[in-house]
Amino acid sequence: MNMPITPQKPAKKLSLKDNYNLLTRGLGWETSYQDMDKVFAQDKFEGIKIHDWDKWEDPFRLTMDAYWKYQGEKEKKLYAIVDAFQQNNGQFNVTDARYINTLKLFLTGVSPLEYQAHRGFAMVGRNFRGTSARIAAQMQAIDELRHAQTQAHTISHYNKFFSGLHDPTHMFDRVWYLSVPKSYFEDAMSAGPFEFITAISFSFEYVLTNLLFMPFMSGAAYNGDMATVTFGFSAQSDESRHMTLGLEVVKFILEQDPDNVPIVQKWLDKWFWRGYRLLTLVSMMMDYMLPKKVMSWAEAWEMYFEQNGGALFNDLARYGIRMPKYHEVASKEKHRLSHEAWATFYNFSHAAAFHTWVPEESEMKWLAEKYPTTFDSLYRPRFEHWREQQQKGERFSNGTLPMLCQVCQVPMFFTEPDDPTKICFRETTYRDEKFHFCSDGCKDIFGNEPEKYVQAWLPVHQIYQGNCFRPGTDPTAPGFEPLAEVLQYYGFHVGEDGGEYLGSLDARNWTQWTGKPAVAE
Amino acid sequence: MSVIALKPGYTGEMKDRVENFHGKQLLYIGWEDHLMYCAPMCIPIEGSTPFGALIQSVIPSLYPAHPDTAKIDWNTVEWFRSGERFTPDPQQTLIANGLGHKANLRFRTPGLTGLKGSCS
Amino acid sequence: MSAVIKEKDRVFVAFQTNDDTRSIVEAIEADNAEAIVSRYPAMVKIEVPGRLVIRRETIEDLIGRAYDLRELHINLISISGNIEESDDELVLHWNQH
Repeated sequence: MNMPITPQKPAKKLSLKDNYNLLTRGLGWETSYQDMDKVFAQDKFEGIKIHDWDKWEDPFRLTMDAYWKYQGEKEKKLYAIVDAFQQNNGQFNVTDARYINTLKLFLTGVSPLEYQAHRGFAMVGRNFRGTSARIAAQMQAIDELRHAQTQAHTISHYNKFFSGLHDPTHMFDRVWYLSVPKSYFEDAMSAGPFEFITAISFSFEYVLTNLLFMPFMSGAAYNGDMATVTFGFSAQSDESRHMTLGLEVVKFILEQDPDNVPIVQKWLDKWFWRGYRLLTLVSMMMDYMLPKKVMSWAEAWEMYFEQNGGALFNDLARYGIRMPKYHEVASKEKHRLSHEAWATFYNFSHAAAFHTWVPEESEMKWLAEKYPTTFDSLYRPRFEHWREQQQKGERFSNGTLPMLCQVCQVPMFFTEPDDPTKICFRETTYRDEKFHFCSDGCKDIFGNEPEKYVQAWLPVHQIYQGNCFRPGTDPTAPGFEPLAEVLQYYGFHVGEDGGEYLGSLDARNWTQWTGKPAVAE
Repeated sequence: MSVIALKPGYTGEMKDRVENFHGKQLLYIGWEDHLMYCAPMCIPIEGSTPFGALIQSVIPSLYPAHPDTAKIDWNTVEWFRSGERFTPDPQQTLIANGLGHKANLRFRTPGLTGLKGSCS
Repeated sequence: MSAVIKEKDRVFVAFQTNDDTRSIVEAIEADNAEAIVSRYPAMVKIEVPGRLVIRRETIEDLIGRAYDLRELHINLISISGNIEESDDELVLHWNQH
């Protein structure tokens, strides 16, 4: 006779909340033979006071088991598409080869930051004494490494066909305009763990990253670059978790102690301005480098900073936090930023690893529509003059190195907040030496921590000190050409990577391989 | 506080001391209302250079491609040192004119306002 | 006093455009009467004044299978607002509303 079967009910699945608590709480311990302050030596010197680390909660309540599962799915999806892209010669489906220059800027200027972020979050994970905070930092450190790898992997396919993509990490450590992102991140990494996470997770990822990834990836989609859309959105799916973490971090710090509020506000002021200056590169990418344009920089700034950022800071007002200092300057600059930046790269195109060009007449019409108060009166004459010069065989370039801002390291091309025809100069004297800045924002940052910024590795000054030549170079040798040597030191393929787009190797190859014109009609 | 650091009393290395420039100093030069050359220039130069040499050779060589360069009337040029108007003595050296290491020199050319008056 | 009623600050969520997210967007539209849906190349963005809710059951009804809200991560591009997540719903909100 069969025994009656009493079906055993499976144990009830743990709720998300219980699961999170079990997998994040109680994993650390109070050290006994070493002082906790020695084990975690870096989480007090910034002045931030934490009373209860258990108040830290990841709002997504993501635990390591679920993390691996969903990250694995993302990876499979990504590589399947990258394979299909390569097998179908997807690199020839982009609008035209001008578009590839956005990838060069991304690979040399953004992907190395992903790797820096990996290192930064690994350090933060080591230095916080709260376990759930350390787990969140650990996941993010792994995410950032994944981003650096998937970007290098995806763009490596373009490297088989186009110039300027061959040595991103070598360039990142040397090239003049790449010192802008590099010094930004090193500033954060050489701060304490609380400043780092406020700078990167909140000020960059929460407040500003939408301005980087959304236009880049929508722009890639619009210009037929399936590979970049895919790695971009794959990264961005992690990014939304990082953003959430950024907001939680700031709320957590603010709720722990009222003394934390002024410290955090100072960081928000600083890192808003540092991040905004970094995004200058994105503004010109959107308005000038995408052959088919998604939206203007000014529109993106209005949507993602003025509206979304405004809502965020309204929400934080209950902690006594206000909008970051000089946000109004950024709004005043929105009608000129991209034009000033692109004109600067046009000046120094011979010393860059990507091409520049004068916008087509149809593009100038678009720019005039998007920037009715500035484009025709201030910038069109410049571009039309350059086009005439180029047609005469005298393509304009600037043969002298520019003055740089001591803090953001961008050439001093920014204009006065209330006068777009006057360069904005600010200066100070510290320890009997003069220092120059592009803005009040950068000057304030220097003034708060001068001992940090007197050490800035400013590319122009380094060249003049003779520190940007390859080992064994003799600058006193007859016929020595400093600029040519500097480009070799940068690792450029001189004559291929940079300079004017029209007539470049990329433009010629494009036409030869696709039968399409170098500039899409 | 001059820096937030783990070690009390931390100081940084002054990266751009004049001694690092092989007998030269840095001078920044900007031309008002002429932003086709997008930013002020940075040049290494001997501090003993007479100011007159800037007018005669140095500055024109920095702006070779601007249509206004040839039209500059040096007698009417207005000079600014760190933003303040001043009257340089062309016979004197840069240093004697108050233009030491990392000095900021700007000049305005009345009547010349760039390409089509756009300050380009 | 001013009689102008200020529109509530919006929260938003953005997803990749694909078959997985079509039903998610539909569910959000069904559960949020004030949802504003904008479609960009490869991306769909949904904004709601003050508060946005994503409900598991609504999605399950549309896709005909069990759904774990953490699956949203796979196709998420960006969000704004404070997040409250439970097994049944994910809420984005600004605190003053």
